[in-house]
Amino acid sequence: MPRFGMVIDTLKCVGCMDCVVACQTENDVPQGFCRDWIVTETRGEFPTLSLEIRSERCNHCDNPPCVTCCPTGASHVEDFGKTVQVTANACIGCKACISACPYGARFVHPKGYTDKCTFCLHRVKEGKDPACVSVCPTHCMVFGDLDDPKSAVSQLLNSRKHRTLLPEAGTKPRVFYLS
Amino acid sequence: MSLSPLRIEAVMEQLSRRRFLKISAATFGAGAVGSQIPVVSSLAMGSAPPAGKVETIATYCEMCFWKCGGIAHVRDGKLWKFEGNPLDPMSRGRLCPRGTAAVGTHYDPDRISKPLIRTGERGKEEFKAVTWDEALNYVADRMKKIAAEHGPESIALWKHGTGSRFFEHVMRAYGCINKGAPSFAQCRGPRDIGYLLTYGTGLGSPEPTDIANTKCLVLIGTHLGENMHNTQVQEFAQAIGNKATIIVVDPRYSVAASKAKYWLPIKPGTDMALVLAWMNVLVAEGLYDKEFVAKYGHGFDKFAAAIKDNTPEWAEGETGIPAATIRITAREMARTRPATLVHPGRRVNWYGDDAQRSRSTALLNALLGNWGRQGGLFLQAGMSVAGYGFPKFPEATKPKVDNPDGKWPFADEEVTTGLRQATISGKPYPIKGWVVYAANLLQTLPNEKETIEAISKLDLLVVVDTHPSEITGYADVVLPDTMFLERHDDLYVAWGRQGWAALRQPVVPPPGEQKPAWWMAKQLADRLGVGEYMPFKDMDEYLAKRCEKSGIDYAKFRKEGIVMGEKKPITVEEGATLEFETPSKKVEFWSDQLAKAGFDPVPKYTAPETPPAGYFRLVTGRAPVHTFSRTQTNLLLKDLMPENEVWVNAVTAAKAGLKSGQYVKLRNQDGVVTNRVKVKATQRIRPDTLYMVYGFGHTSKMLKSAYLKGASAAQLNTRYKVDPLMGGTSIHQNFVTFEKEA
Repeated sequence: MPRFGMVIDTLKCVGCMDCVVACQTENDVPQGFCRDWIVTETRGEFPTLSLEIRSERCNHCDNPPCVTCCPTGASHVEDFGKTVQVTANACIGCKACISACPYGARFVHPKGYTDKCTFCLHRVKEGKDPACVSVCPTHCMVFGDLDDPKSAVSQLLNSRKHRTLLPEAGTKPRVFYLS
Repeated sequence: MSLSPLRIEAVMEQLSRRRFLKISAATFGAGAVGSQIPVVSSLAMGSAPPAGKVETIATYCEMCFWKCGGIAHVRDGKLWKFEGNPLDPMSRGRLCPRGTAAVGTHYDPDRISKPLIRTGERGKEEFKAVTWDEALNYVADRMKKIAAEHGPESIALWKHGTGSRFFEHVMRAYGCINKGAPSFAQCRGPRDIGYLLTYGTGLGSPEPTDIANTKCLVLIGTHLGENMHNTQVQEFAQAIGNKATIIVVDPRYSVAASKAKYWLPIKPGTDMALVLAWMNVLVAEGLYDKEFVAKYGHGFDKFAAAIKDNTPEWAEGETGIPAATIRITAREMARTRPATLVHPGRRVNWYGDDAQRSRSTALLNALLGNWGRQGGLFLQAGMSVAGYGFPKFPEATKPKVDNPDGKWPFADEEVTTGLRQATISGKPYPIKGWVVYAANLLQTLPNEKETIEAISKLDLLVVVDTHPSEITGYADVVLPDTMFLERHDDLYVAWGRQGWAALRQPVVPPPGEQKPAWWMAKQLADRLGVGEYMPFKDMDEYLAKRCEKSGIDYAKFRKEGIVMGEKKPITVEEGATLEFETPSKKVEFWSDQLAKAGFDPVPKYTAPETPPAGYFRLVTGRAPVHTFSRTQTNLLLKDLMPENEVWVNAVTAAKAGLKSGQYVKLRNQDGVVTNRVKVKATQRIRPDTLYMVYGFGHTSKMLKSAYLKGASAAQLNTRYKVDPLMGGTSIHQNFVTFEKEA
C-alpha cells in the first residue's frame, strides 16, 4: 500500500494561487473557503532580500493529532495511501481536530462537518494527480508514493535539500518543501 | 540607498485560513460556486466531490487575452470546472488561476443579464431593461441617423478581445472605418514598433520568446509570475529548473526578482540608460556577436559611436545601479549568447518614450545575436486557415481620424487617444457614435476627463460587455454579451513555435438573456441593410465552412479543440534562414527611417523628472488572479484578491506614519484623489516608488461586489506623455502622495 506525500519546489512556485482555485472548483469547496493556500515570507531589508512562497495544505501527517483527538473516528487514516481523511457523516463538528492541527488546515464546512484537503483521493484513484498538482503552471508540485524509492517524490527528496513545516510539533508531515 | 532602521526581519504575509474565513463570513450565503449542486452524498469520504454525469467540451479561454486551450467539464448539465487542454501549445494542459476560475465568471451575479437603455443622465448608471428587439432597433436607428447626417465614418468602434470580430466586420461593411484598440497604444504597441523598426517585424502575441531553452533571461519590468501569461510562466519555471541565470530589473522586488541571481532595483524611468550602458559594455569589451552583426547588421559603426559615452559609470548616476553590477551582468549575458534572452516585455507603455526604449532592448538582443536562435527569440511559425468568403467592403471615401497627417508616423495601428481627440474636436469630421466592445475606456485610456469630454460629444454610445464597468455607466444602450464558455467565436489562428488553430464553442447556456456578440452583429447587419455580409445562419455553419475550405476535420476539431499546423524550422539550429524586412533588409542598429522622420536613429536617453518633495513615482502592474478591470467580481477571484494595496517602502511608510493594513487615499500632482486603499509597508520596493496593481477602485455601483474596493491607478493617470513615434501613452508619469483618513 502506498504512502502518499507531496514535494513542492519553492524555487519554482510563483504564488499565483492557481492551486487554490483548482482545488475549489474540483472539490466544490464552498465560496469563501479554501483547502490550500499561499504563504509568502519576506526576509531581509531593501535591497538585500529573499522571498519564499509556499503552497500549503493538510500535511497528511504520519502522526496526525487530528486523528488521535477525534471522539468519533470521523478523522481517520485511510488505508489507501495512508492519507488523513474525514468521514463527513461521522463528524459531529466538535472542532477538536481544528484545535489540534498545528497547520490550520481544517475548517468547518457550512454543512457542519470538518473539511480539509483530501489529496484528491478521488482523482488519485483514477490515476490522476491531485487538482492542485495537475493545474500548477510552474510544475512546482509533485505527488506520489514516499515508500517507493523510484517515485518522483522519493527521488526529489533524495537529491534536493528539503524541509517540512513545524517539525518540532512531532506530527511527521508528508508535504515537503524544496529550497 | 537608505536602509531600514529595523534589524533583519522576517515578515510573513499570508492569505491565511483565518483571514480567508473572515472574508467568507461576509460573503457566505451569496451561493457557492462549485456547490451549485449539493455537496454531501452519503459516502465514506465526505470531502470528495459528488459523482455525476460529466461531459467535457474543448474551447479556448478568454479570461485574459493569451487564449489558452481548455476543456470545460459540465456535471449534470451545470458548469463544474475548466481545465487546460493538453493538446494546446499555450496551456499545455494547465490554465492560469484566472482560466481555472472561469467558472466564477459564469456564475457571477454582477453580470449584465438584460439589454439596457439609459433613462437618466450619462454616468449616473440609470437604465431600464428592454427586449433585444428594442435595444437593437434603438442602436440601428441611431446609427442610421448619424450615417445620414455625417456619414457612417462618424461611428467608431472600440474593441478588445475575440468577440469584437463580427462587430468590426459589420461596422466596416456599413462604412465605419474608424476604430481603436487599447491593446496597441496602451499596451504592447511601443514594443512592436521598436522591434519593427529594428528587425522589420513586430512580435505580436504570443511573443516568440524561447524562455524554456534560454541560459540567461533578462526581465526589464516584466513580472512573470504576477503577470500570468501562462506559457511564459510555465517556461519561466522551466528556466529556473534549468538553472538559467536570471537578471531582473525592477524598482520592486517582484516575485520574478526573488528568483533572480541579480536583482537590479532601478530608479524608475531610467531603464534605457541601463540598456545603453549594457550595450556600451558589450561593444567596448568586444563581447557582442560580431559574426551576427557583420552578417546582418546595418549601421553598426554609427551605432557604436552613438553609445560610446553611455558608460556604466554614467548609467550608475542615472539608474542607481552600481557600474560594477552593470558590467558583471553584461558579461553574464554575453557568456551564454546567443541563448541569452532580453524579454521584450508586453505592457510597455510606461514613460512616453517607450518605442525607443523597446528599440534599445531590441538592439541589445541583436548584440547578443539571439534572433532566430534557441534560447533567444525564435521565428514565428503560423498556419493558414481559409476565410469564409465575404463580399468586398465598400471603399473608404474619407481618411481615418485617429492619426491626422501621420502625426505619429510609425503607428501601424489606430491611435486610441487620437480617436478620442478627434471625437472631442470634431476634426477632420465629427465622430458621433461609439460602439465599445469589452474595453473599459475610463480605465484603459489615460486621463478619464478627456474620455468623458469625448463621450459628451456623442449621439450614441453603445457598450457591449459581459459585465458592467465604468464606461457602461455612460452608455445609451448596454448589450449583454455571453462569457466565453457560453458562445461560439471565430477561430483563433495563432503563431508560435508551430502554427495552430483553436476553436471556441459553447459549453453551457448563458444564465440570463445574454447573447453572443456574433449574433448581435448579425442582427445589426440585418437592421442596417448589410445582411449580405453575414450570410451564414449561425457560427456552427460559419466555422464548418472555414474548416471545410481548409481541409480541417471539423468534427474532430470540435472534439479536440486544437488543430496543429505544419512544423517548420524556427531557429537557425533547426535550419531556418534569417531575413529582415527593414528598408536595409538588415537589423537596423542605425535607423535611416527614424533619422529621416526627425527622430533619434539610435535611442537616446532622457532623464525622468524627479518627484517634488513628499511625492513618489507611482508604477503599476498586474496580479496573477485578475485581468485588468474585468475580473474583480468573479466569485472565486474576488476572495483571493478583493482589493489592491499600495506598496510603500517600510522606511518611507514609517517616516510618513503609515502602517501595513491602514487605509490611505492617494493624491496626484493634479489634485486627483483616489478611493481609499490599504497600505502594504514592505522592504520589497524602493523608497522613492509606490506600486499598485491596476484594475481596482471601481466606481460602477453595478459592480456590487467590487464597488469602491481598492484604488484605481488609471484615475491617477492624469499626466501622460504620448510617444512621438507611435502614439503610445504613458502610465508611470504620475507623482502621488498620501492623504490619511480622518
